[in-house]
Amino acid sequence: MEPRIRIEFRRVCKRFVARERGTEEVTAVEDVSVAVRDGEVVSIIGPSGCGKSTLLNMGAGLYLPSAGEVYVDGERVAGPNPHVAFMLQKDLLLPWRTIRENVELGLEIRRVRAAERRERAMALIERCHLAGFERHYPHQLSGGMRQRAALARTLAVAPTVLLMDEPFSALDAQTKMILQQDLARTLAEEGKTALFITHDLVESIVLSDRILVMSPRPGRIVEEIPVDMPGRDAPIRRRLDARVGPLAAHLMEQLHIGEPVAAEAH
Amino acid sequence: MAPGRGLAARAAAGAGATGGTAAARPAGPRIGLAGGGAVAASVAVLLVFLAAWEWLPRFFDVPAYILPPASRVWSEFWRMLAAERLLHHSGITALEVVAGFAIGSLLGALIGFVLGAAPRAELVLSPYILALQIAPKVAFAPLFVMWLGYTVYPKILVAVLIVFFPIMVNVLTAIRTVDPDLVNLARSFSATRWQIFRMIEYPATLPPLFSGLRIGATLAVIGVVVGELVGGNSGLGYLLVFGEGQGNTAMVFVTIIVLTLIGIVAYGAVVLAERRVLHYLPRAQHRTV
Repeated sequence: MEPRIRIEFRRVCKRFVARERGTEEVTAVEDVSVAVRDGEVVSIIGPSGCGKSTLLNMGAGLYLPSAGEVYVDGERVAGPNPHVAFMLQKDLLLPWRTIRENVELGLEIRRVRAAERRERAMALIERCHLAGFERHYPHQLSGGMRQRAALARTLAVAPTVLLMDEPFSALDAQTKMILQQDLARTLAEEGKTALFITHDLVESIVLSDRILVMSPRPGRIVEEIPVDMPGRDAPIRRRLDARVGPLAAHLMEQLHIGEPVAAEAH
Repeated sequence: MAPGRGLAARAAAGAGATGGTAAARPAGPRIGLAGGGAVAASVAVLLVFLAAWEWLPRFFDVPAYILPPASRVWSEFWRMLAAERLLHHSGITALEVVAGFAIGSLLGALIGFVLGAAPRAELVLSPYILALQIAPKVAFAPLFVMWLGYTVYPKILVAVLIVFFPIMVNVLTAIRTVDPDLVNLARSFSATRWQIFRMIEYPATLPPLFSGLRIGATLAVIGVVVGELVGGNSGLGYLLVFGEGQGNTAMVFVTIIVLTLIGIVAYGAVVLAERRVLHYLPRAQHRTV
Protein backbone atom coordinates (compact mmCIF):
# COMPACT_ATOMS: atom_id res chain seq x y z
CA MET A 1 0.00 0.00 0.00
CA GLU A 2 1.24 3.46 -0.84
CA PRO A 3 2.05 5.53 2.25
CA ARG A 4 -0.39 8.26 3.03
CA ILE A 5 0.19 11.67 1.45
CA ARG A 6 0.59 14.35 4.12
CA ILE A 7 0.80 17.52 2.07
CA GLU A 8 -0.01 18.01 -1.55
CA PHE A 9 0.04 20.96 -3.92
CA ARG A 10 -2.20 20.34 -6.93
CA ARG A 11 -1.44 22.52 -9.95
CA VAL A 12 -0.96 25.53 -7.72
CA CYS A 13 -0.50 29.05 -9.12
CA LYS A 14 0.03 32.24 -7.19
CA ARG A 15 -0.17 35.70 -8.73
CA PHE A 16 0.51 38.94 -6.88
CA VAL A 17 -0.22 42.51 -7.77
CA ALA A 18 3.24 44.05 -7.75
CA ARG A 19 3.02 47.43 -6.08
CA GLU A 20 6.01 48.93 -7.87
CA ARG A 21 4.54 48.00 -11.24
CA GLY A 22 1.08 49.47 -10.80
CA THR A 23 -1.68 46.96 -11.33
CA GLU A 24 0.40 44.51 -13.34
CA GLU A 25 0.31 41.00 -11.93
CA VAL A 26 3.40 38.99 -11.21
CA THR A 27 3.26 35.22 -11.24
CA ALA A 28 5.28 33.89 -8.33
CA VAL A 29 4.48 30.22 -8.69
CA GLU A 30 3.08 28.50 -11.76
CA ASP A 31 1.49 25.11 -12.06
CA VAL A 32 3.34 23.44 -9.21
CA SER A 33 2.36 19.94 -8.15
CA VAL A 34 4.11 18.36 -5.20
CA ALA A 35 3.08 15.48 -2.99
CA VAL A 36 4.97 14.65 0.17
CA ARG A 37 4.37 11.24 1.70
CA ASP A 38 4.15 10.44 5.39
CA GLY A 39 7.56 10.62 7.06
CA GLU A 40 9.24 11.99 3.98
CA VAL A 41 11.55 15.01 3.93
CA VAL A 42 11.51 16.93 0.67
CA SER A 43 13.77 19.87 -0.10
CA ILE A 44 13.04 22.60 -2.59
CA ILE A 45 15.93 24.51 -4.07
CA GLY A 46 15.90 27.26 -6.63
CA PRO A 47 17.21 30.74 -7.40
CA SER A 48 16.13 33.53 -5.07
CA GLY A 49 12.75 34.97 -5.86
CA CYS A 50 11.51 31.80 -7.53
CA GLY A 51 8.50 31.54 -5.22
CA LYS A 52 9.75 28.92 -2.77
CA SER A 53 8.54 30.90 0.23
CA THR A 54 5.24 31.60 -1.49
CA LEU A 55 4.74 27.86 -1.72
CA LEU A 56 5.36 27.41 2.00
CA ASN A 57 3.04 30.24 2.96
CA MET A 58 0.29 28.59 0.96
CA GLY A 59 1.05 25.32 2.71
CA ALA A 60 0.65 27.07 6.06
CA GLY A 61 -2.64 28.57 4.88
CA LEU A 62 -1.36 32.13 5.32
CA TYR A 63 -2.56 32.87 1.85
CA LEU A 64 -4.54 30.94 -0.67
CA PRO A 65 -3.43 29.95 -4.18
CA SER A 66 -4.77 31.92 -7.16
CA ALA A 67 -5.44 28.60 -8.87
CA GLY A 68 -5.11 24.98 -7.83
CA GLU A 69 -5.45 23.51 -4.36
CA VAL A 70 -3.36 22.58 -1.36
CA TYR A 71 -4.27 19.54 0.72
CA VAL A 72 -2.93 18.67 4.15
CA ASP A 73 -3.81 15.21 5.47
CA GLY A 74 -6.43 14.97 2.77
CA GLU A 75 -8.17 18.19 3.83
CA ARG A 76 -8.21 21.17 1.54
CA VAL A 77 -6.32 24.09 3.08
CA ALA A 78 -8.60 27.10 3.47
CA GLY A 79 -6.62 28.91 6.15
CA PRO A 80 -4.20 28.24 8.99
CA ASN A 81 -4.72 24.73 10.31
CA PRO A 82 -3.43 22.69 13.23
CA HIS A 83 -1.67 20.04 11.12
CA VAL A 84 1.02 22.39 9.90
CA ALA A 85 3.69 24.46 11.64
CA PHE A 86 6.35 26.59 10.03
CA MET A 87 9.81 27.74 10.92
CA LEU A 88 11.71 30.57 9.26
CA GLN A 89 15.25 31.85 9.00
CA LYS A 90 14.33 34.40 11.66
CA ASP A 91 13.75 32.71 15.01
CA LEU A 92 10.72 34.96 15.71
CA LEU A 93 11.11 34.50 19.46
CA LEU A 94 9.16 37.09 21.43
CA PRO A 95 11.70 39.11 23.46
CA TRP A 96 9.30 39.57 26.39
CA ARG A 97 8.75 35.85 26.86
CA THR A 98 11.16 33.43 28.44
CA ILE A 99 12.31 30.48 26.34
CA ARG A 100 9.70 28.25 27.96
CA GLU A 101 6.93 30.77 27.36
CA ASN A 102 8.07 31.13 23.75
CA VAL A 103 7.93 27.38 23.24
CA GLU A 104 4.41 27.45 24.70
CA LEU A 105 3.18 30.18 22.34
CA GLY A 106 1.35 27.93 19.88
CA LEU A 107 -0.19 25.85 22.68
CA GLU A 108 -1.33 28.98 24.48
CA ILE A 109 -2.95 30.29 21.31
CA ARG A 110 -4.72 26.95 20.98
CA ARG A 111 -5.87 27.24 24.59
CA VAL A 112 -4.07 24.19 25.97
CA ARG A 113 -4.21 24.06 29.79
CA ALA A 114 -1.24 25.70 31.54
CA ALA A 115 -0.01 22.52 33.26
CA GLU A 116 -0.07 20.49 30.07
CA ARG A 117 1.54 23.33 28.15
CA ARG A 118 4.35 23.51 30.60
CA GLU A 119 4.92 19.79 30.56
CA ARG A 120 5.10 19.60 26.76
CA ALA A 121 7.33 22.67 26.56
CA MET A 122 9.77 21.32 29.12
CA ALA A 123 10.00 17.96 27.34
CA LEU A 124 10.81 19.69 24.06
CA ILE A 125 13.28 22.07 25.68
CA GLU A 126 15.06 19.00 26.98
CA ARG A 127 14.98 17.25 23.63
CA CYS A 128 16.31 20.36 21.84
CA HIS A 129 19.24 20.57 24.25
CA LEU A 130 18.05 23.74 25.94
CA ALA A 131 17.56 22.37 29.45
CA GLY A 132 18.58 24.96 32.02
CA PHE A 133 17.75 27.83 29.69
CA GLU A 134 13.96 27.70 30.00
CA ARG A 135 13.87 30.82 32.15
CA HIS A 136 16.28 32.81 30.00
CA TYR A 137 15.10 35.52 27.67
CA PRO A 138 15.90 35.21 23.95
CA HIS A 139 18.52 37.99 23.97
CA GLN A 140 20.54 35.97 26.46
CA LEU A 141 20.96 33.09 23.98
CA SER A 142 23.22 32.62 20.97
CA GLY A 143 21.81 32.39 17.45
CA GLY A 144 22.02 28.60 17.39
CA MET A 145 20.21 28.22 20.70
CA ARG A 146 17.54 30.66 19.63
CA GLN A 147 16.93 28.60 16.52
CA ARG A 148 16.70 25.47 18.69
CA ALA A 149 14.04 27.24 20.74
CA ALA A 150 12.22 28.09 17.52
CA LEU A 151 12.33 24.41 16.55
CA ALA A 152 10.95 23.43 19.97
CA ARG A 153 8.12 25.95 19.51
CA THR A 154 7.38 24.49 16.08
CA LEU A 155 7.31 20.91 17.39
CA ALA A 156 5.26 21.85 20.48
CA VAL A 157 2.00 22.05 18.55
CA ALA A 158 2.56 18.47 17.34
CA PRO A 159 2.19 19.21 13.64
CA THR A 160 2.10 16.36 11.14
CA VAL A 161 3.87 18.54 8.58
CA LEU A 162 6.75 20.91 9.20
CA LEU A 163 7.34 23.71 6.72
CA MET A 164 10.83 25.09 7.02
CA ASP A 165 12.08 28.13 5.15
CA GLU A 166 15.87 28.26 5.28
CA PRO A 167 15.85 27.73 9.05
CA PHE A 168 19.62 27.46 9.38
CA SER A 169 20.84 29.93 6.78
CA ALA A 170 21.72 32.64 9.33
CA LEU A 171 23.92 30.33 11.40
CA ASP A 172 27.66 29.75 11.25
CA ALA A 173 28.82 26.63 9.44
CA GLN A 174 29.49 24.47 12.50
CA THR A 175 26.35 25.38 14.42
CA LYS A 176 24.46 24.69 11.24
CA MET A 177 25.82 21.16 10.97
CA ILE A 178 24.95 20.41 14.58
CA LEU A 179 21.42 21.71 14.18
CA GLN A 180 20.97 19.81 10.93
CA GLN A 181 21.98 16.67 12.76
CA ASP A 182 19.53 17.33 15.59
CA LEU A 183 16.71 18.19 13.22
CA ALA A 184 17.29 15.09 11.07
CA ARG A 185 17.31 12.84 14.12
CA THR A 186 14.15 14.41 15.52
CA LEU A 187 12.33 14.16 12.20
CA ALA A 188 13.32 10.52 11.85
CA GLU A 189 12.47 9.55 15.43
CA GLU A 190 9.09 11.25 15.39
CA GLY A 191 8.35 10.22 11.83
CA LYS A 192 7.53 13.82 10.87
CA THR A 193 6.91 14.94 7.35
CA ALA A 194 8.79 18.04 6.24
CA LEU A 195 9.02 20.41 3.33
CA PHE A 196 12.33 22.15 3.54
CA ILE A 197 13.41 25.20 1.58
CA THR A 198 17.07 25.98 1.31
CA HIS A 199 19.72 27.76 -0.69
CA ASP A 200 22.36 25.38 0.54
CA LEU A 201 22.76 22.56 -1.99
CA VAL A 202 24.62 20.24 0.36
CA GLU A 203 22.02 20.87 3.06
CA SER A 204 19.29 19.77 0.68
CA ILE A 205 21.23 16.59 -0.14
CA VAL A 206 22.09 15.57 3.43
CA LEU A 207 18.65 16.29 4.93
CA SER A 208 16.17 14.98 2.43
CA ASP A 209 14.71 11.97 0.67
CA ARG A 210 13.94 13.97 -2.43
CA ILE A 211 15.02 17.27 -3.94
CA LEU A 212 12.83 19.44 -6.14
CA VAL A 213 14.55 22.04 -8.32
CA MET A 214 12.58 25.16 -9.12
CA SER A 215 13.07 27.49 -12.08
CA PRO A 216 13.43 31.29 -11.83
CA ARG A 217 10.17 33.22 -11.59
CA PRO A 218 7.57 32.19 -12.45
CA GLY A 219 8.58 29.24 -10.30
CA ARG A 220 8.00 25.79 -11.77
CA ILE A 221 9.41 22.48 -10.75
CA VAL A 222 11.97 21.54 -13.38
CA GLU A 223 13.53 18.46 -11.86
CA GLU A 224 12.89 15.91 -9.18
CA ILE A 225 15.89 14.07 -7.76
CA PRO A 226 15.53 11.20 -5.31
CA VAL A 227 18.45 11.13 -2.86
CA ASP A 228 19.32 7.48 -2.78
CA MET A 229 21.80 7.44 0.09
CA PRO A 230 21.75 6.06 3.61
CA GLY A 231 21.80 8.32 6.67
CA ARG A 232 18.86 10.66 6.33
CA ASP A 233 18.79 10.66 10.11
CA ALA A 234 22.51 11.46 10.34
CA PRO A 235 23.47 14.27 7.95
CA ILE A 236 27.02 14.56 9.28
CA ARG A 237 27.64 10.96 8.23
CA ARG A 238 25.82 11.39 4.94
CA ARG A 239 27.98 14.42 4.17
CA LEU A 240 30.92 12.04 3.79
CA ASP A 241 29.17 9.91 1.16
CA ALA A 242 31.05 9.93 -2.16
CA ARG A 243 27.84 10.61 -4.07
CA VAL A 244 27.24 14.00 -2.39
CA GLY A 245 29.84 15.82 -4.48
CA PRO A 246 28.60 14.72 -7.91
CA LEU A 247 24.98 15.37 -6.89
CA ALA A 248 25.86 18.87 -5.73
CA ALA A 249 27.65 19.44 -9.03
CA HIS A 250 24.54 18.31 -10.87
CA LEU A 251 22.38 20.72 -8.83
CA MET A 252 24.80 23.57 -9.56
CA GLU A 253 24.43 22.85 -13.21
CA GLN A 254 20.64 22.75 -12.94
CA LEU A 255 20.61 26.12 -11.19
CA HIS A 256 23.17 27.60 -13.62
CA ILE A 257 25.50 28.50 -10.77
CA GLY A 258 28.91 29.53 -12.00
CA GLU A 259 27.76 30.79 -15.38
CA PRO A 260 26.80 34.38 -14.49
CA VAL A 261 27.38 35.76 -17.99
CA ALA A 262 24.95 33.34 -19.53
CA ALA A 263 22.42 33.99 -16.79
CA GLU A 264 22.57 37.74 -17.29
CA ALA A 265 22.27 37.36 -21.06
CA HIS A 266 18.79 35.81 -20.71
CA MET B 1 26.59 28.59 21.07
CA ALA B 2 28.26 30.56 23.80
CA PRO B 3 25.79 31.55 26.50
CA GLY B 4 28.69 32.63 28.67
CA ARG B 5 29.78 35.15 26.08
CA GLY B 6 26.26 36.57 25.80
CA LEU B 7 25.83 36.89 29.54
CA ALA B 8 29.22 38.49 30.03
CA ALA B 9 28.51 41.05 27.33
CA ARG B 10 25.18 41.80 28.94
CA ALA B 11 26.68 42.24 32.38
CA ALA B 12 29.25 44.63 30.96
CA ALA B 13 26.57 46.57 29.12
CA GLY B 14 24.45 46.77 32.26
CA ALA B 15 27.35 48.04 34.30
CA GLY B 16 28.12 50.58 31.58
CA ALA B 17 24.56 51.86 31.71
CA THR B 18 24.67 52.38 35.47
CA GLY B 19 28.16 53.81 35.29
CA GLY B 20 27.17 56.82 33.26
CA THR B 21 26.71 57.89 29.67
CA ALA B 22 29.88 56.40 28.25
CA ALA B 23 28.92 53.33 26.25
CA ALA B 24 32.38 51.95 25.48
CA ARG B 25 33.93 51.39 28.85
CA PRO B 26 36.40 48.59 29.38
CA ALA B 27 34.88 45.66 31.25
CA GLY B 28 36.02 44.76 34.74
CA PRO B 29 35.84 45.94 38.32
CA ARG B 30 37.00 49.43 37.40
CA ILE B 31 33.48 50.18 36.20
CA GLY B 32 32.22 50.28 39.79
CA LEU B 33 34.84 52.84 40.75
CA ALA B 34 34.13 54.85 37.64
CA GLY B 35 30.40 54.82 38.58
CA GLY B 36 31.16 56.08 42.09
CA GLY B 37 33.53 58.63 40.62
CA ALA B 38 30.83 59.90 38.29
CA VAL B 39 28.43 60.46 41.22
CA ALA B 40 31.13 62.30 43.20
CA ALA B 41 31.92 64.45 40.16
CA SER B 42 28.22 65.28 39.69
CA VAL B 43 27.96 66.37 43.33
CA ALA B 44 31.11 68.46 42.89
CA VAL B 45 29.58 70.18 39.86
CA LEU B 46 26.50 71.03 41.95
CA LEU B 47 28.61 72.48 44.75
CA VAL B 48 30.65 74.59 42.33
CA PHE B 49 27.44 75.81 40.71
CA LEU B 50 25.87 76.76 44.07
CA ALA B 51 29.05 78.55 45.15
CA ALA B 52 29.18 80.48 41.87
CA TRP B 53 25.49 81.38 42.24
CA GLU B 54 26.13 82.64 45.78
CA TRP B 55 29.33 84.62 45.23
CA LEU B 56 29.50 85.72 41.59
CA PRO B 57 26.46 88.09 41.68
CA ARG B 58 27.98 89.91 44.66
CA PHE B 59 31.40 89.96 43.05
CA PHE B 60 30.02 91.55 39.87
CA ASP B 61 27.54 93.76 41.77
CA VAL B 62 24.46 92.21 40.11
CA PRO B 63 21.41 93.57 41.95
CA ALA B 64 19.23 91.00 43.81
CA TYR B 65 16.13 91.83 41.72
CA ILE B 66 18.02 90.59 38.65
CA LEU B 67 19.81 87.59 40.13
CA PRO B 68 19.29 86.88 43.83
CA PRO B 69 22.12 84.81 45.36
CA ALA B 70 21.47 81.20 46.36
CA SER B 71 21.12 82.01 50.07
CA ARG B 72 18.46 84.63 49.30
CA VAL B 73 16.47 82.07 47.27
CA TRP B 74 16.84 79.56 50.10
CA SER B 75 15.41 81.99 52.68
CA GLU B 76 12.64 82.93 50.23
CA PHE B 77 11.77 79.24 50.03
CA TRP B 78 11.19 79.14 53.80
CA ARG B 79 9.21 82.38 53.72
CA MET B 80 6.99 81.02 50.95
CA LEU B 81 6.37 77.80 52.86
CA ALA B 82 5.03 79.84 55.76
CA ALA B 83 3.42 82.87 54.08
CA GLU B 84 2.52 81.91 50.53
CA ARG B 85 1.13 78.39 51.07
CA LEU B 86 3.87 76.98 48.83
CA LEU B 87 2.94 73.37 49.70
CA HIS B 88 -0.72 73.99 48.89
CA HIS B 89 0.12 75.43 45.48
CA SER B 90 2.69 72.72 44.77
CA GLY B 91 0.12 70.07 45.67
CA ILE B 92 -2.44 71.53 43.28
CA THR B 93 0.07 71.69 40.45
CA ALA B 94 1.27 68.15 41.17
CA LEU B 95 -2.30 66.84 41.14
CA GLU B 96 -3.02 68.59 37.85
CA VAL B 97 0.17 67.11 36.39
CA VAL B 98 -0.76 63.60 37.52
CA ALA B 99 -4.34 63.90 36.28
CA GLY B 100 -3.34 65.43 32.94
CA PHE B 101 -0.58 62.89 32.42
CA ALA B 102 -2.78 59.92 33.34
CA ILE B 103 -5.74 60.94 31.19
CA GLY B 104 -3.56 62.11 28.29
CA SER B 105 -1.45 58.97 28.16
CA LEU B 106 -4.44 56.66 28.57
CA LEU B 107 -6.27 58.37 25.70
CA GLY B 108 -3.10 58.52 23.61
CA ALA B 109 -2.37 54.82 24.02
CA LEU B 110 -6.01 53.85 23.46
CA ILE B 111 -6.44 55.87 20.28
CA GLY B 112 -3.00 54.74 19.11
CA PHE B 113 -4.09 51.10 19.45
CA VAL B 114 -7.43 51.72 17.75
CA LEU B 115 -5.90 53.59 14.81
CA GLY B 116 -3.16 50.97 14.64
CA ALA B 117 -5.78 48.26 14.23
CA ALA B 118 -7.77 50.30 11.69
CA PRO B 119 -5.40 51.49 8.94
CA ARG B 120 -8.26 52.95 6.95
CA ALA B 121 -9.46 55.17 9.77
CA GLU B 122 -5.92 56.37 10.22
CA LEU B 123 -5.66 57.18 6.51
CA VAL B 124 -8.82 59.30 6.69
CA LEU B 125 -7.87 61.04 9.93
CA SER B 126 -4.14 61.47 9.33
CA PRO B 127 -4.24 65.08 7.94
CA TYR B 128 -6.19 66.23 11.00
CA ILE B 129 -4.01 64.32 13.40
CA LEU B 130 -0.98 65.92 11.78
CA ALA B 131 -2.53 69.39 11.98
CA LEU B 132 -3.37 68.94 15.65
CA GLN B 133 0.08 67.60 16.28
CA ILE B 134 1.68 70.64 14.71
CA ALA B 135 -0.62 73.14 16.44
CA PRO B 136 1.09 74.56 19.55
CA LYS B 137 -0.95 72.93 22.28
CA VAL B 138 -0.22 75.60 24.90
CA ALA B 139 -1.99 78.14 22.65
CA PHE B 140 -5.22 76.40 23.61
CA ALA B 141 -4.79 77.43 27.25
CA PRO B 142 -6.68 80.77 27.05
CA LEU B 143 -9.49 79.03 25.19
CA PHE B 144 -9.83 76.35 27.84
CA VAL B 145 -9.79 78.98 30.59
CA MET B 146 -12.60 80.82 28.82
CA TRP B 147 -14.57 77.59 28.58
CA LEU B 148 -13.96 76.14 32.01
CA GLY B 149 -13.22 79.18 34.17
CA TYR B 150 -10.58 79.64 36.86
CA THR B 151 -10.64 76.00 37.95
CA VAL B 152 -8.17 73.12 37.75
CA TYR B 153 -9.89 71.73 34.66
CA PRO B 154 -8.40 73.97 31.94
CA LYS B 155 -4.91 73.21 33.28
CA ILE B 156 -5.55 69.47 33.21
CA LEU B 157 -6.98 69.78 29.73
CA VAL B 158 -3.88 71.53 28.38
CA ALA B 159 -1.75 68.79 29.91
CA VAL B 160 -4.00 66.08 28.40
CA LEU B 161 -3.69 67.65 24.97
CA ILE B 162 0.06 68.06 25.13
CA VAL B 163 0.70 64.56 26.53
CA PHE B 164 -1.66 62.85 24.11
CA PHE B 165 0.26 63.20 20.85
CA PRO B 166 3.73 61.84 21.51
CA ILE B 167 2.17 58.79 23.13
CA MET B 168 -0.42 58.20 20.43
CA VAL B 169 2.18 58.61 17.67
CA ASN B 170 4.62 56.25 19.38
CA VAL B 171 1.99 53.56 19.90
CA LEU B 172 0.66 53.92 16.35
CA THR B 173 4.14 53.70 14.81
CA ALA B 174 4.98 50.73 16.99
CA ILE B 175 1.87 48.79 15.96
CA ARG B 176 2.63 49.56 12.32
CA THR B 177 6.20 48.33 12.58
CA VAL B 178 5.50 45.01 14.31
CA ASP B 179 7.31 42.35 12.25
CA PRO B 180 4.65 40.90 9.90
CA ASP B 181 6.36 37.52 10.24
CA LEU B 182 5.56 37.56 13.97
CA VAL B 183 1.92 38.16 13.13
CA ASN B 184 2.07 35.38 10.54
CA LEU B 185 3.58 33.05 13.11
CA ALA B 186 0.64 33.68 15.42
CA ARG B 187 -1.77 33.31 12.50
CA SER B 188 -0.21 29.99 11.54
CA PHE B 189 -1.16 28.78 15.04
CA SER B 190 -4.74 29.85 14.20
CA ALA B 191 -4.65 32.92 16.47
CA THR B 192 -7.72 35.13 16.62
CA ARG B 193 -7.41 38.87 15.94
CA TRP B 194 -7.66 39.53 19.68
CA GLN B 195 -4.94 36.97 20.49
CA ILE B 196 -2.64 38.59 17.92
CA PHE B 197 -3.19 41.94 19.62
CA ARG B 198 -2.82 40.61 23.16
CA MET B 199 0.18 38.32 22.60
CA ILE B 200 2.11 40.07 19.84
CA GLU B 201 1.12 43.65 19.06
CA TYR B 202 0.43 44.98 22.54
CA PRO B 203 3.66 43.74 24.18
CA ALA B 204 5.64 44.87 21.13
CA THR B 205 4.39 48.44 21.59
CA LEU B 206 5.41 48.69 25.24
CA PRO B 207 9.00 49.95 24.72
CA PRO B 208 7.92 52.80 22.40
CA LEU B 209 4.95 53.48 24.68
CA PHE B 210 7.34 54.04 27.57
CA SER B 211 9.51 56.35 25.44
CA GLY B 212 6.32 58.34 24.85
CA LEU B 213 5.47 58.31 28.56
CA ARG B 214 8.90 59.73 29.40
CA ILE B 215 8.34 62.62 27.02
CA GLY B 216 4.76 62.98 28.27
CA ALA B 217 5.85 63.22 31.91
CA THR B 218 7.90 66.36 31.23
CA LEU B 219 5.36 67.83 28.80
CA ALA B 220 2.55 67.47 31.35
CA VAL B 221 4.35 69.93 33.67
CA ILE B 222 4.67 72.43 30.83
CA GLY B 223 0.99 72.13 29.95
CA VAL B 224 -0.17 72.62 33.54
CA VAL B 225 2.10 75.63 34.17
CA VAL B 226 0.99 77.39 31.02
CA GLY B 227 -2.63 76.80 32.05
CA GLU B 228 -1.92 78.30 35.45
CA LEU B 229 -0.06 81.25 33.97
CA VAL B 230 -3.08 82.13 31.87
CA GLY B 231 -5.67 82.24 34.57
CA GLY B 232 -6.52 81.26 38.11
CA ASN B 233 -5.36 81.90 41.64
CA SER B 234 -3.76 78.61 42.57
CA GLY B 235 -0.86 76.44 41.54
CA LEU B 236 2.79 77.18 40.98
CA GLY B 237 2.06 78.93 37.68
CA TYR B 238 -0.02 81.40 39.65
CA LEU B 239 2.87 81.92 42.11
CA LEU B 240 5.14 82.65 39.12
CA VAL B 241 2.83 85.43 37.93
CA PHE B 242 2.35 86.67 41.48
CA GLY B 243 6.12 86.80 42.13
CA GLU B 244 6.66 88.61 38.86
CA GLY B 245 4.01 91.22 39.78
CA GLN B 246 5.71 91.77 43.13
CA GLY B 247 9.12 92.11 41.51
CA ASN B 248 10.16 89.23 43.77
CA THR B 249 12.83 87.48 41.66
CA ALA B 250 13.71 85.03 44.43
CA MET B 251 10.09 83.85 44.54
CA VAL B 252 10.18 83.15 40.79
CA PHE B 253 13.38 81.16 41.25
CA VAL B 254 11.91 79.09 44.08
CA THR B 255 8.84 78.31 41.97
CA ILE B 256 10.94 77.26 38.97
CA ILE B 257 12.96 74.93 41.19
CA VAL B 258 9.86 73.33 42.72
CA LEU B 259 8.36 72.88 39.24
CA THR B 260 11.55 71.18 38.13
CA LEU B 261 11.39 68.89 41.15
CA ILE B 262 7.81 67.90 40.26
CA GLY B 263 8.98 67.15 36.71
CA ILE B 264 11.87 65.03 38.01
CA VAL B 265 9.59 63.01 40.27
CA ALA B 266 7.12 62.41 37.42
CA TYR B 267 9.90 61.37 35.06
CA GLY B 268 11.50 59.17 37.72
CA ALA B 269 8.19 57.42 38.35
CA VAL B 270 7.91 56.58 34.66
CA VAL B 271 11.49 55.30 34.55
CA LEU B 272 10.86 53.08 37.59
CA ALA B 273 7.68 51.67 36.07
CA GLU B 274 9.51 51.11 32.80
CA ARG B 275 12.26 49.12 34.49
CA ARG B 276 9.69 46.87 36.10
CA VAL B 277 7.62 46.34 32.97
CA LEU B 278 10.46 46.08 30.43
CA HIS B 279 12.70 43.98 32.67
CA TYR B 280 13.26 41.56 29.79
CA LEU B 281 15.23 44.05 27.73
CA PRO B 282 19.02 44.02 27.90
CA ARG B 283 20.03 46.64 30.45
CA ALA B 284 22.00 48.66 27.89
CA GLN B 285 18.72 49.49 26.18
CA HIS B 286 17.48 51.38 29.22
CA ARG B 287 18.51 54.98 28.93
CA THR B 288 18.90 55.83 32.58
CA VAL B 289 19.26 59.59 32.13
